[in-house]
Amino acid sequence: MKALILSWALAFAATAVAAAPAAPLAAPATPVVAAPAGPTFFIHNGKLYTVGAAGTIAGGDVIIAGGKIAAVGQNLTPPAGATIIEAHGKPVTPGLMASATQLSIQEIQLGAAESNDSSPDLTEDTAAFDVADAINPNSTLIPVARIAGVTRSLVMPVDGAGVFFGQAAVIHLGNGPDILVKRAAGQLVRLEPSVATFGPPQKKLSRPDLWAQFRETLDDAREYWAERAGYHKPGGYRDQRTFRIDLDALGPVIQGQEPLIVHVDRASDIREAVQYAQANKLKLVIFGAQEGWMAARELAAAHVPVIIDPDLNLPDSFSDLGATLRNAALLDKAGVTVIFQPQADDPSQYARTITQIAGNAVANGMPWDHALAAITRNPAEVFGIAGQYGTLETGKDADVVIWDGDPLEVTSAPTALFIRGQRIPLVSRQTLLRDRYRNLNDRHMPFAYR
Amino acid sequence: MERRYWPILGALALFAAALVAVWLIIPAHKPVTGQAHVADQFPDDQFPSTYRPYPSRPTLIRNATVLTGTDREIDHADVLMAKGKIVAVGRNLTAAGAVVIDGTGKFVTPGIIDVHSHLGVYPSPNVESMSDGNEAVKPVTPEVRSENSVWPQDPAFSRALAGGVTTLEILPGSANLIGGRSVVLKNVPAITSEAMKFPGAPYGLKMACGENPKRVYGAKGGPMTLMGNVAGYRAAFQKAAEYRDKWRKYWADKKAGHDATPPDRDIGLETLALVLDGKIRVQMHCYRSDEMATMIDVSHEFGFHIAAFHHATEAYKVADLLKKNGICAVMWADWWGFKMEAYDAIPEGIALVDHAGACAMIHSDDAIGIQRLNQEVAKAMAAGRRMGLPITRAHAVAWMTRNPAKALGILNRTGTLEKGKDADVVLWTGDPFSVYAHAEKVFIDGALMYDRDNPKLSPRSDFELGQVGQGPNGGAGQ
Repeated sequence: MKALILSWALAFAATAVAAAPAAPLAAPATPVVAAPAGPTFFIHNGKLYTVGAAGTIAGGDVIIAGGKIAAVGQNLTPPAGATIIEAHGKPVTPGLMASATQLSIQEIQLGAAESNDSSPDLTEDTAAFDVADAINPNSTLIPVARIAGVTRSLVMPVDGAGVFFGQAAVIHLGNGPDILVKRAAGQLVRLEPSVATFGPPQKKLSRPDLWAQFRETLDDAREYWAERAGYHKPGGYRDQRTFRIDLDALGPVIQGQEPLIVHVDRASDIREAVQYAQANKLKLVIFGAQEGWMAARELAAAHVPVIIDPDLNLPDSFSDLGATLRNAALLDKAGVTVIFQPQADDPSQYARTITQIAGNAVANGMPWDHALAAITRNPAEVFGIAGQYGTLETGKDADVVIWDGDPLEVTSAPTALFIRGQRIPLVSRQTLLRDRYRNLNDRHMPFAYR
Repeated sequence: MERRYWPILGALALFAAALVAVWLIIPAHKPVTGQAHVADQFPDDQFPSTYRPYPSRPTLIRNATVLTGTDREIDHADVLMAKGKIVAVGRNLTAAGAVVIDGTGKFVTPGIIDVHSHLGVYPSPNVESMSDGNEAVKPVTPEVRSENSVWPQDPAFSRALAGGVTTLEILPGSANLIGGRSVVLKNVPAITSEAMKFPGAPYGLKMACGENPKRVYGAKGGPMTLMGNVAGYRAAFQKAAEYRDKWRKYWADKKAGHDATPPDRDIGLETLALVLDGKIRVQMHCYRSDEMATMIDVSHEFGFHIAAFHHATEAYKVADLLKKNGICAVMWADWWGFKMEAYDAIPEGIALVDHAGACAMIHSDDAIGIQRLNQEVAKAMAAGRRMGLPITRAHAVAWMTRNPAKALGILNRTGTLEKGKDADVVLWTGDPFSVYAHAEKVFIDGALMYDRDNPKLSPRSDFELGQVGQGPNGGAGQ
């Protein structure tokens, strides 16, 4: 059974290591989604922020072929038949990755329930809940996000009451129909009481309640996986509170293969999670972490990455009284791997603000290149897709963005966009609305004819 | 994000300023309820402002790039403040004895005005015991006032100050068709809402279109449809018109020497009557363009004016109609899609409304967003430029200064850097439309209320004392 898990969860990691430096790779990067054989592009004279070992390359070129980055460097020769795109010395970056969004599983959050698959409706604890079952490549949110430079996202369930909320997945934001990049990219857990918000009151569970439930469920999972065959024998297994499908889903988590994404903000909760994860050899990611800076030393020592919204600086609850704009810089300085979530409220709609929050992290002390890594390479590494995405390096999927200015600046925007080697037009439902209504004086026919 | 509400304030600057002066001299003065209507008009300020400008020294900011809020950008310019007012804006100013601040490489703008905030009524921490923004017990509650819910110790006020916000309108929520009165505050730390209240600023009336009232009341007796919403507004204003007529008749009879009995006083209808009289400004939460058009019809039926549509995500579709009716549109830069009525928002909305000649502006509706309205304007400006609209930063700055002041009826007091106006001024470390810029110094009525470089001028609320995370830069600079 262990082998089964490994083949299920580690397939991606294995292929990730296989990135070869040679030019055009036709082989798919993962068994889930194959990079299409794409056209060839030659991006000329860009300021290349590779987020890789090569650092920044001024006056650099990028060759895209077969869906992959075929070459990166100065004074490259355009391949025959390549479409040449002049970057005019402007910034070129990897496509950006948002983390902890509901892109592709939630269209309208409020008042259109059937368009929203972001949280378990059946029961409280559903480790088996898998966002990969709900992915909609035709979501109108995807073009809105990608024309701002976002080409990947960790898609996560939304947590509420309870402890386990299910499995996240990684998607790409390019052409469908298959945009799933990686299943079971993380299991979401909440270990502090949820904040009172609008809407129906949620059942509150205290921290000891949550921890007891959390420990019991993982104990059950370990017991189950230690003798999985015995589960179905009559009388061969003790009663467990947790459903079989949930115990199955927790296998890669207790094996330390799949990240356990723990939503906590308070420093004491972060420390407790780190201790538990170390004692049980779990692959922990802290999500929220508004008081992360107060536990930065422990996080760094345990190599535990964090997903944060660096703009949060209010004592919004009694779990985040230490929230500060310096959180990102202090965590980064301590050596913690930092990943940015685009805006805590409605992160899917605001995936496009991920450059803004990265810019704000820089404005509050984080080095610029570290902030760019927090929305490219860092999430790629933490969520297991670094072999195919996250840097401008030969062999990676060609997620490439050309910008009209500093990509972290609020006035900047992409001028050209490639996802897995395909050029993506800078069009969304919003640009179509804009063009329909840009001239209100022209009323010879209704707007619906435009 | 689901906190959508709003109120307004009217237009009695001189009168209210005079009242304030009187109250300052005779603090014991209190209107007597039983005599409230003897003045042949509806009373209008039962919670008078006790705000007074904080002490200031004449201050000269030199050699900065100044965005005046009047479509002007002046390089190497100076701004002189004294006695709480703007004295002069121009080059090579001098002032003996003034504090001189070197603005080289820096920018100066008017203080930012947020026309749509719920700070204090939905404070941090966001706990049920302090959730005071929606009197969601019935759909029409003109009798309530946000100023009676504002918790002045909300730490978010100081964070907004550090973002350059000097004036803000606090609105009731959008659960109700008519949610109550708003209040306009100067963003100074205080222990009472009266001590923040912008002297002379008109009140607003928060009204709400759309989904929220339906969601709240659909299963509680209605309204449960948009047509139910509209019937609700009309019924309320019909009652208000009748109420006003009763009082007018009473006042006329009394003046004529007839024996007249005063009508029963109704505090809610009194607020609506003041709306009909043009003394209170309607600030209406309304996303969809078709609902805006409907509300304009309702306002014509009863003879009131809508100052602004807030969250006007579809304003760009009816910008010409808004211009014709003199109604401002209050928008976000890029919020969208969290519900159906926000599904058609576009980043070019502000620029398009502005380009059509209507009054456009930014707002936050959010305790985090209010800290960076300059960035929100920057995004809106950049989106407009990318579609080919020629928008200068000198013009765009009005979206967070002059136009909000206009919507609130306080443009004669603040919102631009012009001689004689309140010295509500922000010195920025760089171009305020860059993500890397910070508000470095924030002046309110000429007094330096926040200084990024001085921990002693980083105010923190009572709530924050003794809490974690309160280092040298705690409070506003947190």
